[in-house]
Amino acid sequence: MNVVTMADMAAKGESPEVLFWVGCAGSFDDRYKRVTRAFVKILQAVNINFAVLGPEETCTGDPARRAGNEFLFQMQAMSNIQVLNGYNIKKIVTACPHCFNTIKNEYPELGGNYEVIHHSAFLQQLIQEGKIKVEGGSFKGKKITYHDSCYLGRANNIYEAPRSVLEALDADLVEMKRCRTTGLCCGAGGAQMFKEPEKGDKDINIERTEEALATGATTIAVACPFCMTMLSDGVKGKERENDVKVKDLAELIAESQGLQ
Amino acid sequence: MIQQALFVITLGVAIYFIRKRVLRLWANIKQGKDRVINDRPGERLSNMVLVAFGQKKMFKKFIPAFLHLFIYVGFVVINLEVLEFIIDGVAGTHRIFAPYLGGFYTVLMNIFEFLALAVLLSCVFFLIRRNVLKIKRFHAAELTAWPRLDANIILCTEIVLMLAILNMNAADQVLQQLGADHYTPTGKLVLSSFFVPLYDSLSETALAVIERGAWWFHIIGILAFAVYVTYSKHLHIFLAFPNTYFANLEPKGHMKNMPVVTNEVKLMLGLADANATPPAEPGRFGARDVRDLSWNNLMAAYSCTECGRCTAECPANLTGKKLSPRKIMMDTRDRMEEIGKSLESGGPGAEDGKFLLGDYITKEEINACTSCNACVEACPVMINPLEIILELRRYVAMEESGSPASWNSMFQNIETSFAPWKFPPSDRFKWAQD
Repeated sequence: MNVVTMADMAAKGESPEVLFWVGCAGSFDDRYKRVTRAFVKILQAVNINFAVLGPEETCTGDPARRAGNEFLFQMQAMSNIQVLNGYNIKKIVTACPHCFNTIKNEYPELGGNYEVIHHSAFLQQLIQEGKIKVEGGSFKGKKITYHDSCYLGRANNIYEAPRSVLEALDADLVEMKRCRTTGLCCGAGGAQMFKEPEKGDKDINIERTEEALATGATTIAVACPFCMTMLSDGVKGKERENDVKVKDLAELIAESQGLQ
Repeated sequence: MIQQALFVITLGVAIYFIRKRVLRLWANIKQGKDRVINDRPGERLSNMVLVAFGQKKMFKKFIPAFLHLFIYVGFVVINLEVLEFIIDGVAGTHRIFAPYLGGFYTVLMNIFEFLALAVLLSCVFFLIRRNVLKIKRFHAAELTAWPRLDANIILCTEIVLMLAILNMNAADQVLQQLGADHYTPTGKLVLSSFFVPLYDSLSETALAVIERGAWWFHIIGILAFAVYVTYSKHLHIFLAFPNTYFANLEPKGHMKNMPVVTNEVKLMLGLADANATPPAEPGRFGARDVRDLSWNNLMAAYSCTECGRCTAECPANLTGKKLSPRKIMMDTRDRMEEIGKSLESGGPGAEDGKFLLGDYITKEEINACTSCNACVEACPVMINPLEIILELRRYVAMEESGSPASWNSMFQNIETSFAPWKFPPSDRFKWAQD
């Protein structure tokens, strides 16, 4: 697929409307790469002038900071800010709530000031502006449940954008008992993604997966790469991967547009 | 005269103990690091009015919110009567406001009596919830014998104090009917008149003893309770106000910056501003003991009433891990108390070889946190256990290099491959080629 990097654009003296911050999971995780590509297909289909940093992008430093390594976080943050400011970036969209939270809330203190949008809000906007038209189709009547990512929900009060994207699909949106402000974490935040859980009676992702399955939904919608991994593992653990799919909002919208 | 003198002495003793304890609490909180919190006063005031005064966050759980509201309103309103008690006690008068307020006094006293009954019934319900229904969050591991007893003492004291008011008013009414000296008519006090049959066959002297006894019992009880509160989890009745005022206003996902690190990183990257004055050397990176935390974290620990709504929402705790956000707050408070007590008795204070991290809170607990903010969201008085957990993690990572091995590998991956996983950086853009 043809994706323009900032370096290419800058060489031509052009600037994008928005920078797509792909994130490490979106770049390296096989499952989440599909989300990255789905989102790119949508951006291209609606003719958004965007670019990515490509090889110049590096980890925002979120997991290092949450695990306590402030030096490493700030090293990452400062060098990313240098790159972003060097390209005079004004607006960033990302499909990762952790990157979103870090760039939006933690980079300004270190000299990085951008308008940062999570892809759920970006998609919501495209739908509201009529740039994406979802015809009632394959999702009609299908049960979808949405799992709130902590870093979107409680961390940044984004509860409605992802739901309004799902509502546009004309699907039957069912809520889990613990949702919105009381949504249960998937278990991966705070750098848990990068280590085994502590000793306990149960894994958090299993607890959450059970709750999601109890809704009877056949699709569990997520908006975060870590939630994607944790819930996909949970669904596999419950041997339900054949009838229950874990999908990102961008994939669902891309499917509805025949872009997948 | 003797009664007046005794009253003034009693009041003086209570004030002496409360003052001493408040100064200790203040000194304990001031052990924490300075942090200037003076931005957005309007938003802060609005948090205090809505969350502390208006109990907005309590109403996520309707039944306890309702019962708690009765006790809260009862506490605030009945304390107006305590004002009259104190004036009467010092001046040697009896119901000094009654002649001035006339019929309104009767209305007021009836409102107080209604609230006294509401408080009493709410406390009974709360005792049942704790001890009979055994609601899960009141029986977690960190609620050891003392915290459970503390809660029961508070509830029982409130019940006894309310009974004293009602009995005092009943005896008073009988004395009024008998036309005893000094007993100003109060008009009919509806609820306490149910107790009148207990008393109306007694002699005037016996009644006066009962009425005076109940009066003294109530005022000594209130003063003793006021002293007790300052040693108990019940401090939330005062500290909820400053705690909500000084609570975090940033998005919950924001982690507090460390300017001292920014300075060093800028130096390393050659970005330092030559004219910038370097910030003072930090005592420590992150927190090992309570003195490394900010004063507002410490005040929050004293504001905690151990309701356990945080722990009930914590995904780590729910799945059997050792982490409990409530325990984080209780440990922080207990460590402060330990240091304070040691200082008061001329001991080594914080230099006793013990630390919050290690002696109170283990690495296993802080490592289990997903930073999901469920605990922060759940707290009715806006306490932030997560901030303490993350400060402890900073100490472990930066001062001890003692993070779990897989986190150390993750750090290494970020340093060498610029991603938390070990992929070659040159593969970062490969997703577009597939």
